[in-house]
Amino acid sequence: MSTESEREQSFSRRAFVLGGSMGLVGTALAARMADLSIFEGQRYQMASEENRVQLRLIPPRRGWIVDRAGKPLALNRPDYRLELIPEQITDLDATLAAIGKVLPLSLEDQLRIRADFAIQPKFMPVEVARNLDWAAFASLNVHVVDLPGLQPIRAFSRVYPEADHFAHLLGYVGAPTPDQYKLQKDPLLIFPGFRIGKDGIERHEDKPLRGKAGARRVEVTARGRVVRELDTRPDTPGETLKLTIDRDLQSYTARRLGDNSASVIVIDCLTGDILTMVSMPAYDPNVFSTRVPAALWKSLQEDDHHPLINKSAMGLYPPGSTFKMITALAALGQGTNPEDSVRCTGSYKLGNNTWHCHSRRGHGPVNMHTALPKSCDVYFYAFGRATGIDAIATMARRLGLGAKYELPLAGQAAGLVPDSAWKLRRYKKSWTPGETLNCSIGQGYIIVNPLQLAVMTARIASGLAIEPRLIANGPAPVFPSLGIPEDHLAIVRQGMFDVVNAGIGTAKAAKSPIEGVHIAGKTGTAQVRRITAEERKHGVKKNESLDWKQRDHALFVAFAPTESPRYAVSIILEHGIAGGKYAAPIAKDVLTYLFEPERALKALEPIERALAAKRAEVARAEAAAVRAAEEEKLMPAWLRNDAPSPNPAPASPNDAPDQPRDDG
Amino acid sequence: MFNGPWLRELSRLPWGIVLVIAALGSFGLVVLYSAAGGSLSPWALKQGIRLLVLLVAMLALAQVRPEFWLRIAWPFYGAVLLSLVGVEILGRVGGGSQRWLDLGIIQLQPSEFMKLAIVLALARYYHFLPRGYETRPMALWPPLAMIAMPAALVMLQPDLGTALSITFGGVILLFLAGVRLWLFAGAGLAVAAALPVAWNLLHDYQRKRVLIFLDPASDPLGAGYHITQSKIAIGSGGLVGKGFLQGTQSHLDYLPELHTDFIFATMSEEWGFLGGMFIIIGFGIILAWGISVAMRARGQFQRLLAMGLTATLFFYLAINMMMVMGLAPVVGIPLPLISYGGSAMMTVLILLGLIMGIARENTRPQR
Repeated sequence: MSTESEREQSFSRRAFVLGGSMGLVGTALAARMADLSIFEGQRYQMASEENRVQLRLIPPRRGWIVDRAGKPLALNRPDYRLELIPEQITDLDATLAAIGKVLPLSLEDQLRIRADFAIQPKFMPVEVARNLDWAAFASLNVHVVDLPGLQPIRAFSRVYPEADHFAHLLGYVGAPTPDQYKLQKDPLLIFPGFRIGKDGIERHEDKPLRGKAGARRVEVTARGRVVRELDTRPDTPGETLKLTIDRDLQSYTARRLGDNSASVIVIDCLTGDILTMVSMPAYDPNVFSTRVPAALWKSLQEDDHHPLINKSAMGLYPPGSTFKMITALAALGQGTNPEDSVRCTGSYKLGNNTWHCHSRRGHGPVNMHTALPKSCDVYFYAFGRATGIDAIATMARRLGLGAKYELPLAGQAAGLVPDSAWKLRRYKKSWTPGETLNCSIGQGYIIVNPLQLAVMTARIASGLAIEPRLIANGPAPVFPSLGIPEDHLAIVRQGMFDVVNAGIGTAKAAKSPIEGVHIAGKTGTAQVRRITAEERKHGVKKNESLDWKQRDHALFVAFAPTESPRYAVSIILEHGIAGGKYAAPIAKDVLTYLFEPERALKALEPIERALAAKRAEVARAEAAAVRAAEEEKLMPAWLRNDAPSPNPAPASPNDAPDQPRDDG
Repeated sequence: MFNGPWLRELSRLPWGIVLVIAALGSFGLVVLYSAAGGSLSPWALKQGIRLLVLLVAMLALAQVRPEFWLRIAWPFYGAVLLSLVGVEILGRVGGGSQRWLDLGIIQLQPSEFMKLAIVLALARYYHFLPRGYETRPMALWPPLAMIAMPAALVMLQPDLGTALSITFGGVILLFLAGVRLWLFAGAGLAVAAALPVAWNLLHDYQRKRVLIFLDPASDPLGAGYHITQSKIAIGSGGLVGKGFLQGTQSHLDYLPELHTDFIFATMSEEWGFLGGMFIIIGFGIILAWGISVAMRARGQFQRLLAMGLTATLFFYLAINMMMVMGLAPVVGIPLPLISYGGSAMMTVLILLGLIMGIARENTRPQR
């Protein structure tokens, strides 16, 4: 039925169809080719460029932080490092051995390098060593020629020459967090080893300090190896930041505080320049800027002296008697006659309650001139009550309490200046006269931070509405008067002068040793625990006999010279027992340093000697305890005595504040 | 020596096509030279020698008369099938994927030869099938078995690309021989129905390739990387390319398999759309010639052989180019004559030699 020609025709038809299909597919391929290379070419060219060209950042050098005289507080030190590029290393053992000849590598280092070598992507450098000295670095540079994959690098690391003395003020730098990167989208933040400000001024002023990154455009392979450099845009280093701080004064203050848990602020009464802002104890920002060992972090966190907290800005304390100037100024403002007196019997009755004066026997007749030097509570109960809480609160705010200042500090505490409206808002209850009594002597709701106390003192001393500043950008500002009558201020200043210089004063330990320079001040003691009526009956326990944590905070504010006030100081000694006895001498030494540094430094010697002895004793006791524990562990059970030998009792750290000295 | 039958035989060769083949092969060498970063080693020189030797072999095969192929079609198919079984057994013993038969001097890849053998065997089958029997279903079973056996063996290796290629060659032959069209439609439906089963039989990496082909953006840095980078290489070439030795995708290692499966992308990056068209048109000429040879061939065997081989060559080209341009999943099929590697080049040049033999037969005076 089918012939050869039919078969041929059928084949031809089908071959024609097949050939036609091939032609169609060929045309489709050509069309696709045109689509990719001609119509979409631009896009794919960009994609190919994106593959090929990589922007390598050049991290900017961080700006310096200097003090008012230009002395460096935070700077960058060239840090010579040695890195390995894993993908260029053929024999790690040989390379490590060769490095070992120039640079001794500990077993730990070697293990770490091998671990990094194994896990990291092959193009990511592995750090071999950092902080190399110049000699080792130079000699390694010579060896690069015959050791492929070796990369000596000159980087910069942040250095704080004054270490912990400036820790809280300056903060420290550290690696950015993923969240920060998500927020800022700055590729610098994921640059290996890049550090940003983590706390204090470093954090607040991070933008200007950071600078602008430069960039290198490089051609890279798919594995990230750089083939060649295309072009370079240099980096812009961060700006130098000048502070109002006096480095030497702050350093001296920190040393003077020793082991105390304390805050000291020194402020210029006329310009508001903060000369010193110390919070002790502190941490070493140099350590924090690299890597904090877990043990150190734990011990810092557990320390009851709170070395991680900036007490100067974040600490909140009842102002205690340092508040009495405000009560006095408010009373004067309400028309109180400073000559009016009350009779202090040691207590003050209101309704069914009794308020006590710190002097149990009473001060006898007291007027405004003697109330401040004697720090008589009963006088301020009486006149504070007459003045009223709202007038007192207004005066407190006028003098800078309850406010946050425009300062580059994180976590500034605002504290609280209570008044009747606040009480109504907060507790839906009206203000009671008893609460006014508490507030009049700086107890109760009122709570302040050390910086506010310094501003308050400076404002009283100068009569100017100064605002504190930390960054010395431009000339010293000129401030208007507070508007408080000069005669009112004169009465209060005279009272403060008598606190230090008169026989009845509570802070005679702050008396200036310098001819022609007088210090005026006011002590304060902030109760930490409540004294019950029961205890009062049997005699209040002496502070020195209490646990450190139970003792009162010691406060002292001062200014000098009284003839023409220039510097104001506020000191808070946590659990420092009494302002006059323990805080005042510190104020005296700090103020002395401003006028006669040599004399102040001489006063430091015995204090530091005692401190060193105390620390050595603690260290000895700790070492002994460790040794005893070790022996206990190592000794086989059958060798142990049935009665275990008494462990050497850890020496009770003598944590009472430094004893007052009698050289003034 | 320079006259007589020897010279006459030479002059009867299709020199135009030989020239196109040589041009494509040489272009391949140029691309390999660039792919090696502007160096003859490790690829271009070796490939050049291969090309020369195999071109000569092709011309020699062109002298063989098709009758000879008709005679050895069965034995050849049988031998290749046996060696497929052989590598399978050796592979089981040796463990892992085994595609080579190591004969000491050379390594033979029997699956490559099967691409030729299946066309030869089926062409012979239909040549001797009595007229009219092509359309009978009963006559369909032997060829189906002849396709299925090698395809299954190659799938076991596993080598999806070659298995598809063998199946394609066989099915095209059935089509050309005159098997009823509704059977193809029916088979197409059956395949569609069997797809889920086949899906389960695929290896994980093969499944992944298909999934990534369907959506390469789903994994741009993982397995979809190949397709994405290949498209970038082709697209970034533009009209005239980045220039010889100027390809960045290839030289900076972004392109995978730049000298074998993805050589078309390597080439396109440096030679652009024009380079691509050179290859497409070059192969187009060869395919058109192959079809015309088949149309003019005498006898069912020669017709089927010429067309079946042409279709096999087309399958190579189409799948490879569709793959590099992101139109087909990544299957390991090289671009004939251009890609580095001896097996594919040998297969294609033998294939072309056979077609040339048929073309030469066409020019003989009719008996």
